[in-house]
Amino acid sequence: MMTEVLANQDHHEHHDDSGSRVVFGFWIYLMSDLILFATLFAAYAVLRNNTYGGVGIAQITDLPRVLTETLVLLISNLTIGFAFLSQQRASKQGVILWLLVTFLIGLAFVGIEYQGFSQLVAVGNDWQRSAFLSAFFTLLGVHWFHVIAGLLWTIILIIQFASQGTSSKMATRLTCLGLFWHFVNIIWIFIFTIVYLMGVI
Amino acid sequence: MLEKLLFGNLTLDAIPFHTPIIMGAGVFMGLVALVVIGCLFYFKKWTWLWKEWLTSVDHKKIGIMYIILAFVMLLRGFSDAIMMRLQQAVAVSPHLGYLPPEHYDQVFTAHGVIMIFFMAMAFVFGLINIIVPLQIGARDVAYPFLNSLSFWLTVVGAMLVNVSLVIGKFAATGWLAYPPLSELAYSPGVGVDYYLWALSISGIGTLLAGINIFVTIIKMRCPGMTLMKMPLFTWSVLCSMVLVIIAFPILNMTLGMLFLDRFMGMHFFTADFGGNAMLYVNLIWAWGHPEVYILVLPAFGIYSEIIPTFCKKKLFGYAAMVWATVVITFLSFIVWLHHFFTMGAGADVNSFFGITTMIISIPTGVKIFNWLFTMYRGRITFTTPMMWTIAFIITFTIGGMTGVLMSVPPVDFQLHNSLFLVAHFHNTIIGGVAFGLFAGFTYWFPKAFGFKLNETLGKCAFWCWVTGFYLAFMPLYVLGLMGMTRRLNHYPASTGWHPYLVVAAIGAAIIFCGIMFQLAQLVVSIKNRDKNRVTGDPWGGRTLEWSIPSPPPFYNFAFTPVVDNRDAFWEMKQKGLVNAHEPYQDIHMPKKTSLGFVIGILSGIFGFAMVWSIVWLSIVSGIAILACVIARTFNFHIDYYVSAAEVEQTERELLNRA
Repeated sequence: MMTEVLANQDHHEHHDDSGSRVVFGFWIYLMSDLILFATLFAAYAVLRNNTYGGVGIAQITDLPRVLTETLVLLISNLTIGFAFLSQQRASKQGVILWLLVTFLIGLAFVGIEYQGFSQLVAVGNDWQRSAFLSAFFTLLGVHWFHVIAGLLWTIILIIQFASQGTSSKMATRLTCLGLFWHFVNIIWIFIFTIVYLMGVI
Repeated sequence: MLEKLLFGNLTLDAIPFHTPIIMGAGVFMGLVALVVIGCLFYFKKWTWLWKEWLTSVDHKKIGIMYIILAFVMLLRGFSDAIMMRLQQAVAVSPHLGYLPPEHYDQVFTAHGVIMIFFMAMAFVFGLINIIVPLQIGARDVAYPFLNSLSFWLTVVGAMLVNVSLVIGKFAATGWLAYPPLSELAYSPGVGVDYYLWALSISGIGTLLAGINIFVTIIKMRCPGMTLMKMPLFTWSVLCSMVLVIIAFPILNMTLGMLFLDRFMGMHFFTADFGGNAMLYVNLIWAWGHPEVYILVLPAFGIYSEIIPTFCKKKLFGYAAMVWATVVITFLSFIVWLHHFFTMGAGADVNSFFGITTMIISIPTGVKIFNWLFTMYRGRITFTTPMMWTIAFIITFTIGGMTGVLMSVPPVDFQLHNSLFLVAHFHNTIIGGVAFGLFAGFTYWFPKAFGFKLNETLGKCAFWCWVTGFYLAFMPLYVLGLMGMTRRLNHYPASTGWHPYLVVAAIGAAIIFCGIMFQLAQLVVSIKNRDKNRVTGDPWGGRTLEWSIPSPPPFYNFAFTPVVDNRDAFWEMKQKGLVNAHEPYQDIHMPKKTSLGFVIGILSGIFGFAMVWSIVWLSIVSGIAILACVIARTFNFHIDYYVSAAEVEQTERELLNRA
């Protein structure tokens, strides 16, 4: 009797269950991604003073630009939160609108960051110049590519929300994107603190 | 110019026509591939192969394919081993042996890479895939498509290593590719690039598989199976997967940095521009040490299943066993520096890592005693799995003790990179991991295929392996103490090493006989399979995998089992409980998909193109991979229901067969 009841529940709850399983697995993936960044931070910590006679972090830090980037990313945290609220209100237009806003803000970050990279490369401070610059470009570059991946994902979700509307499946996907987005921005906070603030102080 | 555009750095010179050994091996591999393809045409099995295997997301089939890969790679890795043993047995002055240094270096690198990544890892994941969902009463893993993708990425990594044999060359750096030797300045060819891409691609596959199995165990256990009621194999796999999730990102990123050094001219580990080679060594061992526990913990789990079954006793000290596993999991992350005490980190650092290393022997000792106490006054049946297990307990204890010897930093300064070390890690990996995998293979083979393996041939294989192992590796301990370092291509006769190396070569030859017996065992058992058909429970098992037919139906459990005890199936048998209740219900299952296979193949092409700098092909295959992943997210119908009627019919047929 017991078995029957349990088996029945299993049957009906399957879809919700698979959603929570996806989110849980995504958390685990994010934790492994965190280790990946930890490896890069460790490499950066070891190599940050190995400038080989070239520039150090203090000389290449442009604090106003970094602050702008930080604020831009933090605002995007807010906007993707609004997208999530719209999903809960089952407002398809709301989700799409806020995802679009998030996308544009993220794109702005990618642009500003690119500008910073190209300024460094233009004056010969590229990743081949010293071990410090290799570690610097790699840490920031891997973060940058994470943001670009997030942008691509946002576009895909916009298309899928437009065709599918809000549903429990799409809610799961939006939750994962939201987690990813917050995660990438938390990594940025670490970069802001460990690379830039600790670099100029 | 056009050639460069089309083929990158790849030219006909990349194929070593002038070296008969490599060409011979290449032709042999080609012939085997032709025979397989020929058979597929002759028996018209292409559709069957595609529908039943390549596109399958069934965890049991993926597990079987992992093990097939592992056996093929065992043959390749063992060929390398026997070539090395032969070389060292004959390369005593004035002779230089038959392998030139450049080739010999590739052989020992390939041996290490293949045995760890594509034999041991593939084998471990094979058994995990087949057994873990069955032990926890689940119908598949958490993400079946990801499982298929993980497998194909592993296959592609293995294929890249093997392609390097014929097209170009493999790394000649040792299995961990230490810089600065592995940097572009000192290894300018494609060898290290093959190494990097093979391991990166398969490494991503392993990481995904680790997450998949972890979530499966945490989220998909049947009702009543609390963590402390899980079978010990599942427990050890859970801990092993935690290690995979934490360690593999380090490997992937470290290899990534070496790639950036070589490809983008960066300076993480270079000898100049401020690079720090010891950073690489630290990072690679921060992955590498947990890696050995990723392999050996599941093996410990296998022994913990086999011993109670063949002693007809409950496992002694279940909770102690679980906690020992958890403690080993934790400790495995704080011992990595013992691989390079000679780095010169100073007495304090070396003492810390020396002590943590010694501490690991405590939980391991707990396990050994638990196994012994389980056997004590048990009703032991000496089946092949049980014999592997007993050989493991003895051999692994010796290997563990030599490990504790080397954990003392001053001793390690003497033995570092000597054959003593080589003997030690083969002692633990063959005696611990390989024996465990063979034991588990024999033990669970009837579950996966429905018939038993031939016991006589199994015992022949066992005795050859064990004798061969001791003959091959005990002399290496002596040689290490005599001062012989690892990876030597040739040596002077005055060293007095020659006789020991001849004994070691004889040992390798006996292991070869063991492997031949294993193949013969497979062939004979498959041929006589109808005589050896078994029921769901051929050994008198204790855990849930034995409660369903052998081989299980594709949905595993017609009814999700409910358990209230450790050794759940044993309890059910004792109390005469039947866990099945009609009526049958619809079962939710994942659909087959070819995308895992396709993405795998595309990744292989991408890796190959990156190795040879074929720009257009890298771009095309890279975009194709991305397109496949995105296409998958647009497919909202990835699962279906098996109707209750179909389940009922299948179950009836299974019942009639038994």
